[in-house]
Amino acid sequence: MASKWASVATAPADALFGLLAKSRADTCPTKVDLSVGAYRDDEGRPYLLKVIEKTEKALADSKLDKEYLPIDGFVPFRAESAKLLLGENSKAIAENRIATAQTISGTGALRVAAEFYARFSPRETPVYLSNPTWVNHEKIFKGSGFTRIEQYRYFHAETKGVDFAGMSEDLKAAPEGSIVILQMCAHNPTGADPSKEEWQTLADICQQNKLNVIFDCAYQGYATGDLENDAYAVRLFEERGIEFLACQSYSKNMGLYGERAGCIVAVTTSADVATAINSQFKVIIRPMYSNPPVHGARLVHAVLSDPKIRQEWTEELKVMSGRIGKMRQTLQDELEKINTPGSWNHITKQIGMFSFTGLNAKQCDAMVDKHHVYMMKSGRISIAGLSEKTCAQVAAAMKDVITTSE
Amino acid sequence: MLTSSLRSLSRRVSRSRHLAAAPARFMSRWSHVPEGPKDPILGVSEAFNADTDSRKLNLGVGAYRDDDGKPTVLKSVELAQAQIVAQVPPNEYAPIGGEKAFVDTALKLAYGEDCAPLKEGRYTALQSLSGTGALRLAAAFMQRFKPMKVFVPSPTWGNHFKIFEDSGLEVETYAYYDANTKGLNLQGLLADIDQAPDGSAFVMHACAHNPTGVDPTIEQWKEISQALKAKGHFVLVDSAYQGFASGDPRKDAAAIEILVNDGHQIGLSQSFAKNFGLYGHRVGTFSLLLDDTSEVAAVESQLKILARGIYSSPPIHGSRIVHTILTDKALYDQWLLDIKEMADRIITMRRLLVDNLASAGSTLDWSHITDQIGMFCFSGMTPEQVAKLVNEHHIYLTSNGRISMAGVTSKNVGYLAEAMHKVTSK
Repeated sequence: MASKWASVATAPADALFGLLAKSRADTCPTKVDLSVGAYRDDEGRPYLLKVIEKTEKALADSKLDKEYLPIDGFVPFRAESAKLLLGENSKAIAENRIATAQTISGTGALRVAAEFYARFSPRETPVYLSNPTWVNHEKIFKGSGFTRIEQYRYFHAETKGVDFAGMSEDLKAAPEGSIVILQMCAHNPTGADPSKEEWQTLADICQQNKLNVIFDCAYQGYATGDLENDAYAVRLFEERGIEFLACQSYSKNMGLYGERAGCIVAVTTSADVATAINSQFKVIIRPMYSNPPVHGARLVHAVLSDPKIRQEWTEELKVMSGRIGKMRQTLQDELEKINTPGSWNHITKQIGMFSFTGLNAKQCDAMVDKHHVYMMKSGRISIAGLSEKTCAQVAAAMKDVITTSE
Repeated sequence: MLTSSLRSLSRRVSRSRHLAAAPARFMSRWSHVPEGPKDPILGVSEAFNADTDSRKLNLGVGAYRDDDGKPTVLKSVELAQAQIVAQVPPNEYAPIGGEKAFVDTALKLAYGEDCAPLKEGRYTALQSLSGTGALRLAAAFMQRFKPMKVFVPSPTWGNHFKIFEDSGLEVETYAYYDANTKGLNLQGLLADIDQAPDGSAFVMHACAHNPTGVDPTIEQWKEISQALKAKGHFVLVDSAYQGFASGDPRKDAAAIEILVNDGHQIGLSQSFAKNFGLYGHRVGTFSLLLDDTSEVAAVESQLKILARGIYSSPPIHGSRIVHTILTDKALYDQWLLDIKEMADRIITMRRLLVDNLASAGSTLDWSHITDQIGMFCFSGMTPEQVAKLVNEHHIYLTSNGRISMAGVTSKNVGYLAEAMHKVTSK
């Protein structure tokens, strides 16, 4: 029978997963994987959080059933998740003005957000993404049928920090009701975050322009190591009475990458609206995957709801973010030690898992092909993938690709 | 004066919650968002939970229960889980399409060891978010590359419609259930296959049709397969009960074998929710058989883009359990026992229900209860009779008369039969 699919063209491999597959297949013993945003310990190994290991054993012993969760997920998980994001003193939570649903990690939450806006905003509503942004943002919104994907200026090529003047200008010029993705902290891929004062200005702009904000919250606890601090932007917006959606992921901060634990939170002005929104989340989710996976949510809930384990978790977060901070310093020191052309203090100024090195696409290709150092073509490296042993090697490789590409 | 009237106004406003809520609602940018319709099946469980009568029965549930009416975890699953926990595996991201080893092992279960397209590499497959997720990938892929009219059986699983509609596809039904015989309306089915536009998509339930429990015989499947072939229809198979229907996974895959041997390049949604009792873990696969290995790269790459934009990569916990069981002889043998036990209990309940209806004095023909197969029984009761069951007997089921046999036990089957007899006798 002639194939129905004969006309299907081959799509380019996903920028990240394609690179990850290449890295996993590379047998070179000195390879360094700085591609995926997954934490590694100082031996470059995946790290299972101690609190998760403990909790896995406890869950296995408690012989829980494997029944379907409700469409919007595990209720106790959703409650803890919203509290983690908005804080113990959140008025929105106290007044029942939030709608939540457990989602397939951060991607799933963003897709639910996109589907929500696709139903309740005009088709032509533009979606504003930072320039640059996480590789998958565009795919998610295109998948929901949005055709106008715009960029707002974000990364300043010279300072390698936030181009705040450009960002403010672009967001001020965005049409009323535009959808805007803002990353709460530890910006992926640049590691450049707005300051508290800049967030206050952003809140003004979003409020005045009636922008539809979606906060991408994939790194709470990973930026400064402090969960409350890292949630500053979201809590500021709540305080200001701005309505928004927030998309949480537990992939990084609990190391639950493969378990796909996440949550979407809508902060609104009344309990009635929140109820309506929650029902619409369910209408979106049911024909997508019916209900979310139970295991990750049980793990997260167990950690968040037990004060002792939660405390241990916050300490592990400090260790992880601390190691990342140390690697930033070590890499910068190594680069400067061997007189690598250019200035490198953005490595320690930037925050979170990633650094936007400033290497161009050709140089990045050379890092991969010549030096077996896996990094994104954008120049992004995952600092979490560095170790004391590999910083010198990576610095030398960077110097080599910069000087030989001249 | 102004101050005191303002104070009394604010007191009145704060006492009246309704008044206070209204302005806040209108201030919201989302005030135009209506409350969505409730899921009809869940409504049954909600009503059941609220009922305090001790005789209450929940026959709406689409999940297996043991003879005490309790949810179970399969023995093979418990053993596999213990093994996995002891290994302390890291929780890294699976690839977008899931771990290839798991997917290929899962496919062998569905397609058998001797499936030519699989052996020749003429297929692509991804791990999916159980059956719903697999169907959604299929729908999204069809919408993007070859939008076809989608035909689902009448009746079918309620969620089928929304999955395809939300993906922007047109959905219609094909004749399936014969209310008179309480069996298959083969002629109607064949006629609808013939009348559909060439190259439409036909969704077929692989076995244990939900909600009717009515499956075509082997001979009927062969006829259906030929009819589908004559029209060049794309066959999308929904396999959610392999092993659960007869207790024999190979027997339950007969329809898939017939279709593949006839040359259909099927799409297959494979769910492990029921047959492995992994409901909440969302384990499944979506596969597409292809003309030629040269198509694999293209189709796989596009499916990955769709999956990446919905959930990035699938959850690993459940797939690890399935993979462990399927690749370990002792665990696999245990699973065969587990699945046979579940299927046998359901078959026994069907027989008990028919026997009890007879002893309750019913003279109606209830043989369809034992003719039908799988988790569900289309009892033939009308919405009015169902309402009586709910309101007078505290027995909960969906208004189409669908009984989940999983909710029937040797302890409650007598009560159920009495009640059914009461509401169906004049």
